[in-house]
Formats: sequence, structure tokens, C-alpha cells
Amino acid sequence: MSTTPVKFYQVGSFAVGNRLLPAAAGSVQSDMERTNALTSGHRACQGCGEALGARYAMDAAMRAANDQVIAVNATGCLEVFSTPYPESSWRIAWLHSLFGNAPAVATGVAAALRAKGRTEVRVIGQGGDGATVDIGFGPLSGMFERNDDVLYICYDNEAYMNTGVQRSGATPAAARTATTQAVGPEPGNVFGQGKNVPRIAMAHEIPYVATATVADLRDLEAKVARAMEFRGARYLHVLVPCPLGWGSQSCDTVKIARLATQSGLFPVFEAERGEVVSSTPIRQRVQVEEYLKLQGRYSHLFSPKRRDDVIDKLQAAADRNIKRYNLLPEEEGDL
Amino acid sequence: MFKQVEGSRAVAEAVAACRPEVICAYPISPQTHIVEGLSRIVKEGKLGTCEFVNVESEFAAMSVAIGASATGARTYTATASQGLLYMVEAVYNASGLGLPIVMTVANRAIGAPINIWNDHSDSMSQRDSGWIQIFAETNQEAADLHVQAFRIAEELSLPVMVCMDGFILTHASERVDIPEQEQVDSFLKPYVPRQVLDPANPVSIGAMVGPEAFTEVRYMAHMKTLSALELIPQVAKDFEEIFHRDSGGLIRGYHCEGAETVVIALGSVLGTIKDVIDEQRENGVSIGALGIISYRPFPFDAVRAALKDAKRVVIIEKALSVGIGGVVAQDIRHALSGLEIHQYTVIAGLGGRPITKASLDDLFNKAVVDDIRGLTFLDLDQELVDAEMKREAGQS
Amino acid sequence: MEQPFAITLQVESSLANHTGSWRVERPQYVNLMPPCNNACPAGENVQKWLYTAEDGSYEEAWRALIVENPFPAIMGRVCYHPCQTVCSRGQLDEAVGINSVERFLGDLAIEKGWSIPVTAPSTGFKVLIIGAGPTGLSAAYHLRRMGHAVTIRDAADLAGGMMRFGIPKYRLPRNILNAEIARIEDMGVRFQMNHKVDNVQDAIDDGFDAVFLAVGAQIGKRAYIPAGEAARILDAVNVLHDVADGDAPLLGRKVVVYGGGNTAFDVARTAKRLGADEAMIVYRRTREKAPANDTEIQEAIEEGVLMKWLSTVKHADAGVLKIERMELDDKGYPQPTGEFEELEADSLVLALGQEVDLSLINNMADVEVRDGVVHVDPNMMTGRAGIFAGGDMVPAERTVTTGVGHGKKAARNIDAWLRKEKFEKDPNPKVVEYSDLNPWYYSDAPHAVRPRLEGARRASNFDEVVQGLDESTALYEARRCMSCGNCFECDNCFGVCPDNAVIKLGPGKGFEFNLDYCKGCGICVSECPSGSIIMIPEKS
Repeated sequence: MSTTPVKFYQVGSFAVGNRLLPAAAGSVQSDMERTNALTSGHRACQGCGEALGARYAMDAAMRAANDQVIAVNATGCLEVFSTPYPESSWRIAWLHSLFGNAPAVATGVAAALRAKGRTEVRVIGQGGDGATVDIGFGPLSGMFERNDDVLYICYDNEAYMNTGVQRSGATPAAARTATTQAVGPEPGNVFGQGKNVPRIAMAHEIPYVATATVADLRDLEAKVARAMEFRGARYLHVLVPCPLGWGSQSCDTVKIARLATQSGLFPVFEAERGEVVSSTPIRQRVQVEEYLKLQGRYSHLFSPKRRDDVIDKLQAAADRNIKRYNLLPEEEGDL
Repeated sequence: MFKQVEGSRAVAEAVAACRPEVICAYPISPQTHIVEGLSRIVKEGKLGTCEFVNVESEFAAMSVAIGASATGARTYTATASQGLLYMVEAVYNASGLGLPIVMTVANRAIGAPINIWNDHSDSMSQRDSGWIQIFAETNQEAADLHVQAFRIAEELSLPVMVCMDGFILTHASERVDIPEQEQVDSFLKPYVPRQVLDPANPVSIGAMVGPEAFTEVRYMAHMKTLSALELIPQVAKDFEEIFHRDSGGLIRGYHCEGAETVVIALGSVLGTIKDVIDEQRENGVSIGALGIISYRPFPFDAVRAALKDAKRVVIIEKALSVGIGGVVAQDIRHALSGLEIHQYTVIAGLGGRPITKASLDDLFNKAVVDDIRGLTFLDLDQELVDAEMKREAGQS
Repeated sequence: MEQPFAITLQVESSLANHTGSWRVERPQYVNLMPPCNNACPAGENVQKWLYTAEDGSYEEAWRALIVENPFPAIMGRVCYHPCQTVCSRGQLDEAVGINSVERFLGDLAIEKGWSIPVTAPSTGFKVLIIGAGPTGLSAAYHLRRMGHAVTIRDAADLAGGMMRFGIPKYRLPRNILNAEIARIEDMGVRFQMNHKVDNVQDAIDDGFDAVFLAVGAQIGKRAYIPAGEAARILDAVNVLHDVADGDAPLLGRKVVVYGGGNTAFDVARTAKRLGADEAMIVYRRTREKAPANDTEIQEAIEEGVLMKWLSTVKHADAGVLKIERMELDDKGYPQPTGEFEELEADSLVLALGQEVDLSLINNMADVEVRDGVVHVDPNMMTGRAGIFAGGDMVPAERTVTTGVGHGKKAARNIDAWLRKEKFEKDPNPKVVEYSDLNPWYYSDAPHAVRPRLEGARRASNFDEVVQGLDESTALYEARRCMSCGNCFECDNCFGVCPDNAVIKLGPGKGFEFNLDYCKGCGICVSECPSGSIIMIPEKS
């Protein structure tokens, strides 16, 4: 006789929802009553990954915190497209101060809440990679080091998009930006630079650090929910493709994020108190080329002359991630 | 309660009496003793649930203050000099967002060359920041102004910078009547924020405003700050009723009325000036002084009224606007426009150089006969300057 | 709360900003044609009834199924399921076991005694159906549901046609067959058995408004095989018919069946069950070229049926056959080689195809016959107005499922003709291709194999070979459906819209686009697992 498992919910194994599952088991985004923390009418570009990621994360946080959330936002696309006078797209308590201080402002909010005994209200700081990796890094590290009760979420689109796509400390090697142009013998961003903030966050030994993408909603939501179970400093690094800056089609935002994970270029994992506790295995491995070729910022790797040397280096980086984070557990030792 | 204490300790205790809920600070001389004192008070549990946050920079200090204040907490921080400049972006942001943060600036010079001693360059650099700036003459006034500052800040929903001379006040041990808790409690009611981050009543604070409304936003900030010119005297009056002493207000005259020559200054140097004036007046010189307490907003009308009968004013400045000269002098000139009053600007005490009675006496003697230049650098070593300039010229 | 001008904003005030004006393309929900539905000879809406079954609404699913096909339990056993051949899931892992779910639903309906009420008002028209095989029964069923009075006449004593007399009961147990026919009878269809119609015109004169001919093809094709007098040569159709009647013919110890179609394999497998030591298929072409369904061949091999491919029977005599080896030419046709061998055989059963008994229309000149089958127009009507024909009598693939489909199609056309209308089938929507899907969202789930009796054990009796799925495995199979081209409410579009411009209407109600805010980015289209959203240009 067949030994097929009985509980199998095909319709949504990896989708946002599943009509067969009880509502409580569904994703936050499948809930008709979800917060829509970032609602319609915002001015993000078509297919904006950050708009998607922010709603995903904030709605999940709202569910986890029983709607008791205050958000602090760094300057950047997310801030500009959500709150140009006279219209705000937020449906939650939200504060924007500066580009480089969101973690510290969030610390202040948390301190005030603690002073007032309102610890049921949870604080989330958020910003893009520029705000997080670069200009706001000092306050971020300070917030981590003090273990302030803040979940900080970085929406990483790998460059300064709001100012016109300039290189940040999160810009990957070989990528074209307005300040790492696709000219000269080594076009695009140089190799051997950049900052891995999730690992730096882990080095602070804060309670929780995780990475996620807009391609895996369930994973992202689970990580927000897990993060909200902790008190103290927590960090979530979410990859959010940017059609404008990456030169990709607006419809491919989720697909590109998926390829980033399935190629190994963006490892999805979580860590507690400085130790990696889990990684999300690659389901359908692809070569980095599958990821690169959808993006104009890498087009110089394919034309006018194919740069296998560069592609190979990027593949090596992906392979290293796969090994380092055990992203292909069934092929362990096979790399 | 009178205590013989260091100025920083007096300020710390006065701030503590205001029941702050969040205090954040980054150490920088000469502000350190104030926050050290508060740290101890908080750690001892004397401020209940008050949070003392040791931040990683002044930029973070002001940013933490912004977050805390926006969440409805009474918030305090302190800084000086480079620290103030390091937090400037957030300083402007706090006022722009209308957050009633109170900050002590223990006035100190700005490098380079690096210099830890007193002058007013730091707070003068922030005259356009949208903060209310009030200057303490004595440690008693420094303590009192902090109590008043919270009230002013919270009534207007604007941040207030209490400026006190670094070392000269912060590190000077004097007899100070520390504000009693009951007195402070009756003077300063619990903070009721004008707007607050609250999940139950969410708003979006900190919008991007474009050309279509930016002018109006700034104009309204200006008008609101100007309204402090009415509030500050009222607060000082209320303070006097409870604490029975004259502290604060917009300006304070000293034999000003009817004096032919009026010396204008901010902060602790007024004490030395008054001593010299006392001596000169005994010699029959018609000279008085005018202390500016509220530098921002600038009390044009009060200053003009106080000086309208003077023949000349001597403005003692502890800061230099390089390329022009005086900083406060610009405002005085504006206040006295149209009046036939000679104005002399004296740059004095930069980087902690003592402003001695002898130098002032000499200065005033010349001033009363209009024998000084429009811009004077008190006690400038002209020989040294000449030699160095000659050397530099020779090298080029 | 007093709020500062401009710096502090009211929540969700951006709803005033209708970003839909940015759009140059708009998304649109569509219902496309899934490959399974497209391939089904009976026109079953497979995706729909699988979808309905997925949440355990089995009766509802069954009722959705029988809109097109009244025989789920029979189909679940005898259909060669072309739906599964084209199933998109086959490109991901393995095709959905549609057939097994269909059987599960059919068996459940029998077990629960679900009946089919006739809710249409009586039309007053009377239709005669000649032939109680799958085609005739299907037509009767559909016509009855439309409110017509239906009579079936058949020469046999029991209804079912080839389902009863051609398909062995180890493939189709008679209780199943009887139950599904009884359900049609319960709808008020009048069965006149043992009633051979020799002349259609007489039947018309009985007062019927329309006639449907569905007598099938029951005459075994004869091929000339030189044979000695003592050679025992039988016809496959007759063998199976006799076995069905309980009157098994004597086939001997060694049986050779000549032919490569399903009937040939049915006979060979039946011979094993009747006690033959050896049953062998002799076919002139290869296994790949044999018309029999691969499942049949596989099951026969498992049961020990022997295969002699590329062989023809040149001569038959008592106990021995002369066989010539063939080889395929460049075009794939078998050519004789002149190499012979002898084969022991107590009997030779010919399974070389069947022909139609056309005697009942002999005297109807306007009913045209071409190549031994009745010619019908696209509406399944013969040259005589009001006389329709279908099933094996007309050019068709001769399977039960095709017959059922013909019955349905004929019923719709007869209904229209009676109403003096013309039946117009809605044009089929685009057939979904695998590239239209986003298979990422389907988790890995291999096909649930139906339990089968062990080959050695089953070949000795007429117990049903293939067993049904239990509920959990049937449910599992149903849930493997990818719902090609049709929304299955996975909420992906609702989730992945960066502009929150998809409105979820609630369970069973699907979604709508909020075009006030949709910027036309197309992520919903890319991330729709089932390809049920398309982008269309915005009118300028």
C-alpha cells in the first residue's frame, strides 16, 4: 500500500495563502484583515521590492505584537515614497527623523516606552541599505551593543536608489551603479569590498539576526514573528530588488529575489546570540548567471563581450555561501 | 536648599527635580560632570523608571532624544563644542519636528585647533537651528533655567538649549539654592505632549515637504519661536512666585537705565563686567550693563527699549564670526537700527582666555571716550600676530 | 492632539493618490483551458472537480464531474486517461492521478447512494436511443437531464454494451457497472432490453421526435488465415461476450491472441484467468506501435501474458500455428521476412478490430455510410433530419470515454434540434502551456500509486486488478492538481502586490484588482502559480 503522507496542502505550499488551511495557519499576507501597514497610494516605482518587503515585515510585526507597534524610518526611498506631504501611506504610528539615525531614534522610542511602562508596544527601526550599512551604521552598532529593545529591519536593494543609484557598502561586486559605472577594464563595482551587516550584527551577539527576501514570504514572516519573541536588539536583513536600480523588469521583482537565494548569492539564514541556528536550503539551484542576466546592472558581463572571468568569480562567491551556510544540505561535501 | 556644589552638580540636581524620563548623553568636556551626576541619580533609583542611555555619539544622543521625546517622554541631554556640532543634523531635526527636548550646552570652543576651554562658538553656531537658546550668568541661574526650560519647551513644543559657560560655571563650586522637589513639582506639571507616537492613535511624523509648503512650515516655526518672547518673561515671573528669586527672563539690565555707555554680554562674563562697572560708576562714569538671557528668540524690542537712551554700546562677544566679527553684534545692530548709538564689538575670551577686570577696565575707559575701534580683539598679542604674519608672508 | 502643519500627516491619507494613472498595462483574471480538460474525450472539467474535491467536498465534486460524464466509477477503471498524459504536473514530477480520484468519487457516490434529480421541466419531446452502450447511455442521461423523455432499446438482455460484453470484469466489476446504469434508470430513462431494432424507420413511426443511433461496432473483423479443418479459431468479441455471459468458451492450455489492441490484451488476460497455462499475444508490429494502452500491456506482462511482436499468423492448424517474422521498413511498416516458425496453440483468438452492424439503416438511403461507418455532420446528425448517430458507429477513437463524449455532444445537438435551434459550443479558451505556469509554488509531491493486486495472484481470478484509493490518498492526489489556468485562491496576487491593489473577496469569491492603485507592475502575473492572470494593454 501507498505510504503517502495524508496532510498535503498542495494549494499554497509555497504560495502566500492556502484555502485549505485554517486562517490561523495562513500567512499574514493572506489575511483579508491584514494591517496593510503600508497601504495604497504610495509613490514607489512599479514593482518596488522595498514597498513589498516593508508591508510584509510590518504587517507580520503588527500581528506578532497585537498591533502595538511604533516604527522609526530612516530617510530613503521608503520614507520619501510613503510620506510626501500631504499624504501618508502608513497605517501605523511612524516617525521619520534622519538618514543616519533611525536605530538611535528607535532606541529613544524604546527607552521612552520602558520609562512609561508601556513595554507591550514594540519598536521597529527600518531603513534601506545606505541608511543601515553606511550612514546609520554607528547608531546601528550602538543600538546592538546596548541590546536596546528594537527590531531593526534593513531593506537591502544594494545601492542608494533614492539619490539615483549610487554605490553603497551593500552594493555587490561587478554591479553597475552611477558611481561604479560599467566602463574601463573592470566595469562595475570592485571586488573585495562591502560590508556584511548580518554577520557584523551577529558579532554583537544580539539575541536574533536573520536574513530574508521578498521571494519567500512565509520565511520572512516567520522570522519577523521569531524576532518579536525576543527582547533586546534584533536585526533582519531583507533583500528587496529594485527594478529601477537593478535594471530589471518590474514584474520580475520576486523572481529575481528568488534567484538570488537559489543561486546562493544571497544566503537566507538566522542566528541567535551570534550563532547560526538555521539556514533555508536551496530548493532549485541555479547558476548565478540565471540571476545576473535578468538585470541591467550586470549587462556588461554579457555584452559586448562575455566576461566569464567575472561571472566565475561571482559564482565562486555563491558557492562559498552555499558551503558556509549549508544551503544544499543533501550535497554536503560535494562542493 | 542651599548647597555648596559644583555648577554641574547643581544642574544635575535641578534636571533631576524636573523628573526627566529619558536621559541620554555622550561624554565631552566640560559637560561630563552633569551627566555623570544624573547617571548616578538614575542608577540610585531616585528617578523611578527614568532611562539613562549611554549612547555612542552625540549624533545618537540627540537622535535618542528625538525618539524619546516623540514618544511622549520628558527628555534631556547635554553636550558641548564638537559634540554639539557632531549632532547638528539632529539638532535641526528636533526643532523641525517640534520636540520639547532640553539640552545643556556647556559652552566650549570649536576646533581646529582643538581646545577644550570656554567660549560661545558652539552654541552660536546653532543660532539658526530653531532651538530656543537661553544663557545662564551664574550657577544659580543655570540650575533655575533648566527648570524653566522644560516648561518653556513643553508649552511651545520646541527644544530649549540652556547654555552655561564650560569650566567657568560647570566646574565652579558655589553656593546654590537647589530647587526643591515640591517647588519644581508645582512649577512644572507632567509633560503632556502635543503629538505623540501611539499605536492607539497613529500618525505619521516627519513628512517630506516640498516647495509648495516648506516656506509656510518655516514661517510658522518662526512665529512660534517668536511667541517665546512673551512666554519666557511669564515663566520667569511664575518661577519667582514659587522660588522667590529672579531668574531667567529675556534680558537683565545692570545700571542700564540712564547709562551713557552700556556693556552687553551673555553668560558668566557679566559677573566680571558688573564688578568693573561698579568701580567705574564709583568714579562717576555713566556706565551700565545688559545681559542677554534669551539669545534665540532674540528680544529685539526689549533690547531696543533698554538701550534707547544710551550713547554707546560695547558688545562683549565670546565668539567670532570669521569674516565679519561679532555674532551677537549683528542682532544688536538690527535692534538699534535708526538710533544714534555707537556700537563697538569686542571679541573676548576665545578658547578660554581669561577676561580680566584689568583688561575690561582699560577697555571701558577707552570706550566711554569713543577711543576704540568698531571691532576689537581683547588682549590680542599684536606682536605675536605681526611676527607670525610676517613669517607666513616671507614663506609665500 | 495638536499636530504640526505638514510635518505630521494623517494615516492612510495616500489613498487620495490614485496611482492607477501610472499604468500602461493592466492585469486581468482569466479562466484558461487546462490541458486535462482539453484532452478529455468526454469534455470533463477535470480541474474544476479536482479543485472541488481538494477541500473534501466530494459530493459537490462528483456533481461537478457528472455534469459532463455520468460514469465516474466506470471511467475511473476503464478510461485510458489522456488527461494524465498531458497533465502539466507530469513536467514537474508526475502527472496527477486524475483517473484514480475520479474512481474514488464514483465509488463514493455509489456507496453513499447519491442520485441525480431531474430538475428540468418536461419538454414533451420523446427521444429514442438505439444501443445501451456507453454512447447511448450517455446521450440518454444528458437528454433526460434536459427534460426530454428518453427510451433506450438494445438487443441484449442487460444494458452496458461493450462495457459489459467487451470489458472483462477484472477491469470493471459488474456491480459498479450496474450501479451507474441504475442511476440513469432512476432518472426516468426507459430501458427496453431484448429489443433489437432492425429498422429505424419503424422506430420513428412509434412516435419519437428524434433518434440516436449508438449500436457500436460489435462484429469481429475476420482476416483470411489459411487453416486446417481442426484448427480452433475464435473471435475476440465473442469470447469476451461469452465470458461476460458466464458461458466461457474452451480455449485450451495454450492460447494465442492475434492483434495488438486493447481487446487482444483483454482476451489474453481473460484466457489466463480461465485457466490457460500460456496466453500469448502475436502482433505484426512492435510494442511501441501496438494500439493497446500501455497500462494494459504492462498489466498483461505482469500477469504472465507472453508477447510475440513483429509476427504474423500464416497458417493455423490443430494445436500448431505457423508464424512469420516481420521487420519494420524505413517507414515503420512491417514487412515479411520469409522466416517462419511454429507455435503450439490450442486455440487462436482473432482480435483484429470490429465492424459496425449497419443492417438497421439498410433501407435509409439518406443515411450515408462511408468506410463502414455512418457519416454524420458536425452536429452528429445523419443525412436524415432528426436521426443522429455516435460512438463506434461513426468515425471515432473507439473507447468508452469517447463514446460518452459523443453521447453528450449528440444530446446537446438533439436538444437544440428539437427546439429548432442550433447548438453552438462556446469557443474554447486558450489552452494552458507549462510555460504559462510558475511551478515554484508547487511543492514536490510524487504521484500516489494505486495499490494493485500482485500479478501472480490476480491472474488466477477475476477480482478487480486495480484497487481504489482511500480517502486520504485520493485527497492527496486531488491536491496535487496545479489548477492550470484557473485561480485556486492561493492568495499570491493578494500578497505580492507592492501597491496593495488586489482585493480579496473572500473564500470562493476570488479577487479583484483595485485599478485606482494598480500601477501595472505585473508581479501578480509573474507569481501566479497557475497562469490565471494576464496583462492586457491599457487603452490609451
